[in-house]
Amino acid sequence: MLTERVAVHAVCREASVAEKTLYRRSVKFTHEWHCRSSFRIFLKTVVSGDVAFALRTVEVLASGKWVVNKCGLSCLDGCFFIFLTNAGNSKNFLRGEDMKEQLRQIEETAVAAISSCTDLRALDELRVKFLGKKGELTAILKQMGKLSAEERPAMGQLANQVRAALETAVSEKSAALQEAAKAAKIAAESIDVTMPGKRPAVGRLHPLQIVENEIKEIFLGMGFSVADGPEVEYDYYNFEALNLPPNHPARDTQDTFYITENILLRTQTSSVQVHVMENQKPPIRVIAPGRVYRSDAVDATHSPLFHQIEGLVVDKGITMADLKGTLELLMQRLYGDDCKIRLRPHHFPFTEPSAEVDVMCFNCHGEGCRVCKGEGYIELLGAGMVHPKVLEGCGIDSEVYSGFAFGLGLERIVMRRYNISDMRLLFENDMRFLEQFR
Amino acid sequence: MNLSMKWLADYVKLDITPKEFCAGMTMSGSKVEAFEKEAEKVQGIVVGRILSKAQHENADALFVCSVDLGGEEPVQIVTNAKNVKEGDLVPVATPGTVVTEGSESMKIKVSKVRGVESRGMFCGLSTLGLSQHDFPYADAESVFVIEEECTPGQDIASAIGLNDVSVEFEITSNRPDCLSVIGLAREAAATFDVPLDVKEPEYHGTDENIEDTLDVEIQNKELCTRYAAGLVRNVKIGPSPRWMRERLRASGVRPINNLVDITNYVMLEYGQPMHAFDLRYVAGGKICVRNAKAGETITTLDGVERSLSEEMLIIADAEKPIAVAGVMGGEYSGIMEDTVDVVFESAYFEPTQVRLTAKKLGMRTDASARYEKGLDETSMLTTLKRAFSLVEELGAGEVVGTIIDRNYANPVQNRIPFDPAWINRFLGTEIPAADMEKYLNSLGIAVEDGMAVSPTFRIDLERKADIAEEVARIYGYNNIPSTVITGVAKAQLTPAQKFNRTIEQTMAGMGCSGILTYSFISPKFFDKICLPADSKLRNTTTIMNPLGEDTSVMQTTTLPSVLEVLATNYNKRNASAWLFEISKEYHPTTPDKLPEEPQRLTIGMYGGCDFFDLKGMLEALMEKLGISDLRFTRCGEDCPYDEASAFHPGRSAVVYSGNTPLGIFGELHPTVQENYGIGVKAYAAKLDIPEMFAAANDEITYRPLPKFPAMTRDLSLVCDESIPVADLESAIRDAVGKPLEKVELFDVYRGEQIAKDKKSVSYKIVMRSADGTMTDEQADAAMKRVLKALTKLGADLRM
Repeated sequence: MLTERVAVHAVCREASVAEKTLYRRSVKFTHEWHCRSSFRIFLKTVVSGDVAFALRTVEVLASGKWVVNKCGLSCLDGCFFIFLTNAGNSKNFLRGEDMKEQLRQIEETAVAAISSCTDLRALDELRVKFLGKKGELTAILKQMGKLSAEERPAMGQLANQVRAALETAVSEKSAALQEAAKAAKIAAESIDVTMPGKRPAVGRLHPLQIVENEIKEIFLGMGFSVADGPEVEYDYYNFEALNLPPNHPARDTQDTFYITENILLRTQTSSVQVHVMENQKPPIRVIAPGRVYRSDAVDATHSPLFHQIEGLVVDKGITMADLKGTLELLMQRLYGDDCKIRLRPHHFPFTEPSAEVDVMCFNCHGEGCRVCKGEGYIELLGAGMVHPKVLEGCGIDSEVYSGFAFGLGLERIVMRRYNISDMRLLFENDMRFLEQFR
Repeated sequence: MNLSMKWLADYVKLDITPKEFCAGMTMSGSKVEAFEKEAEKVQGIVVGRILSKAQHENADALFVCSVDLGGEEPVQIVTNAKNVKEGDLVPVATPGTVVTEGSESMKIKVSKVRGVESRGMFCGLSTLGLSQHDFPYADAESVFVIEEECTPGQDIASAIGLNDVSVEFEITSNRPDCLSVIGLAREAAATFDVPLDVKEPEYHGTDENIEDTLDVEIQNKELCTRYAAGLVRNVKIGPSPRWMRERLRASGVRPINNLVDITNYVMLEYGQPMHAFDLRYVAGGKICVRNAKAGETITTLDGVERSLSEEMLIIADAEKPIAVAGVMGGEYSGIMEDTVDVVFESAYFEPTQVRLTAKKLGMRTDASARYEKGLDETSMLTTLKRAFSLVEELGAGEVVGTIIDRNYANPVQNRIPFDPAWINRFLGTEIPAADMEKYLNSLGIAVEDGMAVSPTFRIDLERKADIAEEVARIYGYNNIPSTVITGVAKAQLTPAQKFNRTIEQTMAGMGCSGILTYSFISPKFFDKICLPADSKLRNTTTIMNPLGEDTSVMQTTTLPSVLEVLATNYNKRNASAWLFEISKEYHPTTPDKLPEEPQRLTIGMYGGCDFFDLKGMLEALMEKLGISDLRFTRCGEDCPYDEASAFHPGRSAVVYSGNTPLGIFGELHPTVQENYGIGVKAYAAKLDIPEMFAAANDEITYRPLPKFPAMTRDLSLVCDESIPVADLESAIRDAVGKPLEKVELFDVYRGEQIAKDKKSVSYKIVMRSADGTMTDEQADAAMKRVLKALTKLGADLRM
């Protein structure tokens, strides 16, 4: 626009100068923009010969760049005017129909080109070619000025329609092509999903840890907390306080590792019962999982070190029925809701009454099979009501409080659950064994 | 305890199958291990009468017999037995029978023996599971020629009395009274609610007075509270009758001769051991119950000479020991073929003494096993009477009419409050008081004036809870309802327990698998990890009676056990093993005090890992546990862990939080690796859980996310190889100061463009201000400080 203004000024100025030098006349050329691509030059003093001459001068001066579109006398002010149009788009005046035809052709060519276009870059080139600032459609629109004022609105509308149509065509095509490109990319990116995955190392817990954690969870849910006690223990806690005075025959059944005459490796987690009762007033509800030791030579079913989980409940009004209910709940959580237990009278020095607890065989559900040797039940743990002597030894009044205790062997439960036939596997820690547990 | 069901039937009448009997007894507290029907072992074997016996046509050593098996036609059987003749009755295993001889089983088939058909086999005693003790007249080596009343075709079980059922009980140590037929009969009567029929035994006796011949003196009246003795004259030693032999056999006792069998029979029946002495060898006609004298010896019935010590109680005559009280008699004074007069002993010995003596002499006998549990102090006369009634019944001798009874016993019949309401509260039941009383009475426990009176044979009844148990087991444990404990209890893991759980989960999450090792180790393990000779870790809690040296000391370091597992896995050709264990160390304190038992986390790994994998794992674990201010230093002279000897000196470190050492870790020392036979680089860590727990901060407080952008600067330095990057990093931290957000080492380079013994180290330094966007000028100023500090350390900007 700036340059055009300069050019127009130049035309006017040159024309004035030319009039003066050639014809020694002072003619005032003024101009007025009509639109971006055309303007009018006015001559104030008009002589008939001058008109042709001025016209020629303007034509000469503007040659190439501008062409005279119209000229004549203005009926308003009597000025002579020369209507100049940018040479680029106005070789001549345009008829509406011609423009319509041009638009139609452009639309036809463009639509065909767009629809047959196969890649986005080519499409963009087409967009520039037809719709760009220097594109074909713009070029036609630039000729609007050549139209008569009457045709212009209609043509404008038509041109906009064409533009809109082309724009739509381009964007639709573009979407389609993008979609196709994405689809192609997806197709190209297909992999063999049966190839092995990249696995981060996954650690496993030991089967004894797994089951111990599970049992802990069950008891936490029943309101038990978890207690701990020393593994190297005084005779008192392991035996004497549990109603197993020195020389008690039952001591012989638990082959004990001794450190000194008075200190031993605990043979049962029941020792923790005494620590708990010494340190805590009822109500007491604890389990005590841990290692215990007996001098059994290693074989498929024996180990000098194994694990027990002790349970102890002491409160006012604790009954043997509570013991049964608690153990039943435990076994149902461990082995399923249809699991039944059976209590058999037995003898433990630290409980009275004492019971051995059998659990319904999970293999045959009580029918009797090879696993349970036809019994339908499998011996799983020992339990009973805490012996009044034990309570009293820990300073708990057995007339006011009662309690129950139980002790289960973790290895037995683990081996049964996973069908492990040899206890040594549990302590060998072969990765091929460990990796089988989750 | 093996029980003969035929014997039991003397005292209780039961109309149930052996299986029902066993189930019922088990559920009332007398646990049945197994039961065996004798007849099942000899099924298919019948009595045959040999009609004719002829030489086998093709073999000199074989005979062909025609045998009447009770069928219409006799059958032909080929035998090699020389001791059978026409008319003999023999056991015949018919075709289809499986006979067992020792450990071998054989199925009898119709077969041809050297061309002659044979339809069965003659059996000897051993094939029937018997010995000459059962049928003394039989030839032990050959076919059993039956002299019992029987008919051809009769099954052998009924023909020779092999039709008892033997039930094996596991009797708990508190119930020695159940180690007897009568004791079990009483339990059976109570269990099945039938009457118990036990009569006081009676005998006639001669007019002779035993005191004229024998004197008994108890010197130690504490260890022997009662001693009863009787005398049988002119004994006729011989086999006992078949019924007695059958019952002994079904009870698992070998018949010997009538007198010995009688003592065993009474012991089985009443639970009271008896002993018989040959009067000839009771020197001076005096029995003295006393402690052994130093230096005294006795050759016991098993032919072994044993030296006695002063705390042992013995039975002596006027001169010498003739029996170890309650354990075993002397060989010399025992019953022999030519014995004429026999002294019967029935006594009460203090249980603990018997137990200790038997243990010390290493001879646990049937008798000692009973005495040491505690017997009925009042049963001496009854059992002597029973023995004498049997002597008379068997015609085995003439019983002297009087009995010596030295009785210092004061049997206490415990009177225990019988409180039905309390029992119901205790058990959680609603058993009517009358039912309870009935249960107790059936067990021989009388109820008088609200008190339950313990019979003398029940040594275990002392308290209300004991009475509750008696009620409960006859009522049926399984009839007690199941209830849920009521009341509120606080239940949650302690912080330390949660801490361990986090360790477990985190370690597993990082690819390590949990293991379990023994707490005891071999002292040799210390050498395997090259522990210095003067290390305090060699001072162990030692087991006095270990299974073997390999498990003889409690571990003072958890490292060796885990290394053993690494070695095991390596030897099993497992490509990699990443392991961890939470276990305890046992550090001795003072003698007579318990050791300390601190928990350790021990990690062992080989395969697909290096030092920095392990270090990174520890860093991640510490972060997860909330342990900050970590510092890693190479194990030097003052390393707090003696286990440093197990590690590669240039590739191991101690991890600290602040100034507290938390553990040691690194690559194993090549020597240690060799000692364990691990052929690849292996890594281990030992961490102190209590110290970690103390250093951990479990509080999490949210910090607002940064509002202003961070400023990042990269920095490449060149420095001496010997400067640890930790020094560079801490210099950077100090120099940047508060705005420092992160220092990240992203590259270490050694090579062409870098001088020898130098390394290039590159850091990304992230700075951020809490108050506003950091400006370039601020960042530049900080970097200037950093460079200055680094130059001081000897690190220069890499050009």
